[in-house]
Amino acid sequence: MTVLTAPDKRPDKPPAASGRRRRSRTVPPFALNLAALTLGITVWAVATSAHLVDVPGPLSVGSRALQMAGDGTLGEDALASLRRVFLGFALGTLLAVPVGFLMGWYPLARGLLEPYVQFFRTVPPLAIIPLAIVTMGIGETPKVFVIFLAAFLSSVVAAFQGVIGVDSTLVNAARVLGARDRVIFLKVVVPAATPFLLVGMRIGLGASWATVVAAELIAADKGLGYEMMHAQTYYDLPTIFVGLISIGVIGLVMDRLLLRAERHLTAWQERR
Amino acid sequence: MKPSLSKSDASDASAAPDGFDASAAKISFRGAGKTFPLKQGEFTALDEVSLDIADREFVTVVGPSGCGKSTLLNLAAGLAEPTTGQVLVDGAVVTGPGPERGVIFQQYALFPWLTVRGNVEFGLKLTSLSAAERRRKADHAIELVGLADFADALPKTLSGGMKQRCAIARAYAVDPDVLLMDEPFGALDALTRVQMQDQLLDTWTRERRTVLFVTHDVDEAVYLARRVVVMAARPGRVHRVIEVDLPYPRTEELRLSPEFARIRNEVWHAVYHQEPAGSVAPVT
Ligand SMILES: Nc1ncnc2c1ncn2[C@@H]1O[C@H](COP(=O)(O)OP(=O)(O)OP(=O)(O)O)[C@@H](O)[C@H]1O
Ligand SMILES: [Mg+2]
Repeated sequence: MTVLTAPDKRPDKPPAASGRRRRSRTVPPFALNLAALTLGITVWAVATSAHLVDVPGPLSVGSRALQMAGDGTLGEDALASLRRVFLGFALGTLLAVPVGFLMGWYPLARGLLEPYVQFFRTVPPLAIIPLAIVTMGIGETPKVFVIFLAAFLSSVVAAFQGVIGVDSTLVNAARVLGARDRVIFLKVVVPAATPFLLVGMRIGLGASWATVVAAELIAADKGLGYEMMHAQTYYDLPTIFVGLISIGVIGLVMDRLLLRAERHLTAWQERR
Repeated sequence: MKPSLSKSDASDASAAPDGFDASAAKISFRGAGKTFPLKQGEFTALDEVSLDIADREFVTVVGPSGCGKSTLLNLAAGLAEPTTGQVLVDGAVVTGPGPERGVIFQQYALFPWLTVRGNVEFGLKLTSLSAAERRRKADHAIELVGLADFADALPKTLSGGMKQRCAIARAYAVDPDVLLMDEPFGALDALTRVQMQDQLLDTWTRERRTVLFVTHDVDEAVYLARRVVVMAARPGRVHRVIEVDLPYPRTEELRLSPEFARIRNEVWHAVYHQEPAGSVAPVT
């Protein structure tokens, strides 16, 4: 899930050369975002009310959303999807951290595990769904498993890359102060690899969220993906829109939260 | 006289600033060489260096860039293994790094996620010291390099010179027998640099560690050392070893004296007018 990064990724660039550029930078990014949103919704409203496109307008989607929120379906669906994501993501990350660190630290573990990791990385988790459904049934297990896989694969590679990328002078600095392997691993390698791991987790969470919706499209009795699939059979376009927008908003919020955590945990990094 | 083993024996310093025992080599390079494998053949970074550094001696190393100064230091630190010969410390072959040999790296190598105090305490935490004792030692070392006001700052907020001083404090804190310093004052401004030199000499005369100090500054090399090792490049080797026959404590007065100028000129000449052994002419 790649989302707009405009509000945070506004680093101190060298001062813009032209005065015009500088003036545009003084507009708070948030105001710009808000203006863009308003404009988008307006265009949407105009286009639909003029019957330029044959989709429901913001008003009918809004009232459908209120209705679904009122009778509890929206909340239930979102919760069902979120539960699967958090379970799969938590399990995947929990396993990825030790495995990734192990692979980075011990060449033996790396040699044994890397072929598998690299292979499964090239198989999209969604492609596992048919297999998962056949072998694990249509309950929660296959969905959580697929999400687990998506989260695990992106985090394990990140953790592994983080470990092998640790600056060797830092390791040497610890060694000359008397640190042995265990201390070097815990006090140097782990903190140095954390920024990489967090980036991997963020990508993993995005992949998990994308995967859950797809998994629910195939087989579920609850969840945002299921609700959209269900609406499709009745040509219920407003519900599909509500589902889409909810997926986007929840995904965005999760990404922002993790980005916050990442910024906080890696505040020591020098940023350009 | 045989030097006392207690490093903080202050009386010893005034009695005999030069009173080390030349027969007791603290660090001894015996035909120590280092080659790095290249795509084709190999590159000789250091060609069979033989050099003895006495206990409590202060030796500086100067030479053109790429002549193997850092490599020499790494061998003594135990961070690199010699491909020929051996390196002995206290008569034992060096097999790896240890806290009794403190290293100050050319690239500060501070842990960016730790504060200044966290960095300085890193080595102390590996000892059996109590938390209070650790804190006291760390604060002392931080004080010594003038970073007391920045004890809780992260490295990213420090200037280059401050980072370097933090790295120095980190090495001092664990109280090593041997200090291996790789251009430690390279990033400092001229004034701080002179202050740090005097401070280093001051601690050295009081605590008498063995110091192997790499620099590219000829003045610094002469001011600090009892012997200056001048290296040459391609292959990296010891070109000359020049005695600095000046008494400690070294002072500003001495820095401006004709004897100092004479030795400085000699070292300068040895560094910058080496007969080219390989293809490169010396850089001026
Ligand atoms: N790991 C390595 N692999 C290959 N060559 C290396 C390696 N480390 C050092 N060298 C080479 O060995 C030579 C000596 O390097 P070294 O770092 O000891 O030089 P130096 O005298 O410390 O230089 P400077 O004054 O620039 O710090 C250099 O020419 C360098 O290219
Ligand atoms: Mg060097």
